[in-house]
Amino acid sequence: MQNIISVTGLTKQFKNLTAVDNLSFSVNDGDVYGFLGQNGAGKSTTIRMLLTLIQPTAGSINMFGLDLQKSRRQVLQQTGAVIEKPDVYKYLSARENLKLFAALSGIKPTQNQLMAQLDMVGLSGRENDKVKTFSQGMKQRLGIAIALIHDPKLIILDEPTNGLDPQGIADIRNLILHLSREKGKTVFVSSHLLSEIEQVATRVLIIDKGKKVIEGSAQELFDPSQTIVEVDTLNNETTLAQLQQSQWQAALQPRRSHTIILKLNRTSIPQLHIWLVQQGLQVLSVQPRHSLEDLFLQVTSGKQHVEAFTN
Amino acid sequence: MWKLLQIELYKIFRRPRTYIAFGTIAALIIILQVGLKLDGQEYLDFMLNSLSKFDVSGTVLNGYMVCYVTLQMLLINVPLLVTLIAGDMISGEANMGTLRFMLGKPYSRSQILIAKFLAASIYTFLLLIWLAIFALLLNLVIFGTGDLMIFKSSYLVIINHDDIFWRYMGAFCFAFLSMTTVAAVGFLLSIFAENSIGPIVGTMSVIIFFTVISTLNIPMYNVIKPFLFVTHMNVWKEFFDQKADAHNVGIPGTLQNPQRIINSALVLLAHIVGLVSLAVYIFKKKDILS
Repeated sequence: MQNIISVTGLTKQFKNLTAVDNLSFSVNDGDVYGFLGQNGAGKSTTIRMLLTLIQPTAGSINMFGLDLQKSRRQVLQQTGAVIEKPDVYKYLSARENLKLFAALSGIKPTQNQLMAQLDMVGLSGRENDKVKTFSQGMKQRLGIAIALIHDPKLIILDEPTNGLDPQGIADIRNLILHLSREKGKTVFVSSHLLSEIEQVATRVLIIDKGKKVIEGSAQELFDPSQTIVEVDTLNNETTLAQLQQSQWQAALQPRRSHTIILKLNRTSIPQLHIWLVQQGLQVLSVQPRHSLEDLFLQVTSGKQHVEAFTN
Repeated sequence: MWKLLQIELYKIFRRPRTYIAFGTIAALIIILQVGLKLDGQEYLDFMLNSLSKFDVSGTVLNGYMVCYVTLQMLLINVPLLVTLIAGDMISGEANMGTLRFMLGKPYSRSQILIAKFLAASIYTFLLLIWLAIFALLLNLVIFGTGDLMIFKSSYLVIINHDDIFWRYMGAFCFAFLSMTTVAAVGFLLSIFAENSIGPIVGTMSVIIFFTVISTLNIPMYNVIKPFLFVTHMNVWKEFFDQKADAHNVGIPGTLQNPQRIINSALVLLAHIVGLVSLAVYIFKKKDILS
């Protein structure tokens, strides 16, 4: 499988701050590559280096088998990107913006192609409206349409769900899946919404303070047999006592707050639910927690933040 | 490059801000025209106070003279209008957040920057064409033609009416060079800022600062004056000075000091090339964090 992105020893130093520290990773053709990290972890700096907006202090970036510094033009011709909050020309309409950026990408789309692109991101009907009348979510959608207008092989999305409502978030998730599965695109996506990444990513990289913490396939990282379940009842002390004397005892985990934590196979969750009801315990919720979130908190400094907050 | 230039011009001329300069110039000239049309004779009498024995063909208060007066007043203000666009070329895009979108496209930073500067230069050129239409052509229609009388500090120049038009063309070309230099200053400052206020104020400050230095008659500053671009910005007036014969009558088709025009043009050209090259050099190394 061809490497679409191959990063080796990438480092970016801003005066006294090392924003990205000796980072290495590779993205394969067809991957939906989830790029995770807390705010300030170095995600946007890394993405900006992939787009030549920031010069690396050290390290190398190869994309499509080409050295990015030497073959910038060829690489960027095959790349579409949305960086953080995508702002476009507010005094132009959505269609005019799309046409302008298409021209910058070296293509001249027909009216039908422009409309199809706007339709794909849910902006049909607003194509002639000035962007200054758009909400942040609509600008985000337009930014994605601009990133895709020249049919790139690689799509880089930096926090693509920022500013979107729940429907918009679901639409972006479906769009990423569509681009990957139907169109065969490689998608490199950073997000702080871990559940979103979990649902679309085939591979995940987590960075913390500019350094790689963990990288692997979704199957490797999200083991369904180790799902964390959070139980909340009207009387958690009684519930805990009964659980300690039952077949669920081995699954019990140390408590972080007033709720009860169990680690068990995802398929066992319905049985747990039935057991709690059969015991006459008044159940408020049985909530499987996103495994990626746990993984994220375990491997990043977020763990200390959570512990400090809950203790 | 042509495609990039088209895109930059499209962006400039789709912005409402662009037309402020055109509107301002038109408004100022119309105000001047109305004033001179209604009350111009009094103004002229004041200027001609002690001069009554000169043979001038046609009306003294003619289109050529009104145009000269207009240019003297407006060419001081046009730099501000030029800076409104030139100072915004990079910083405005950084402020809007479109710069990173643009730089992620398959054009080199040098190409993008040069296209932007060319677009700013074309805007400057069109602004001067607009100024020429209002200040020269419209004034000729309203006030008619005639010989041009110009009051220099120690003498009076009278240029024959059929020897004037080419001088105005030369003056406008020179003004274009001056204004493009101002645009280059604004453009250079624009790469350091993330909103257009800084470059606009910065450019005007540079012009004021250098103008003050160039007007001070202090030996230490006299050494650097020839190298300041503001020293050369008024040289367009040299097009309205001519050689005189033994009887002190102007010789048509001549310039009193053509070498000064050439030297000043070269200094301004060197400034433009230097400032834009410096902008490209710095911008190529700049991290885009906005």
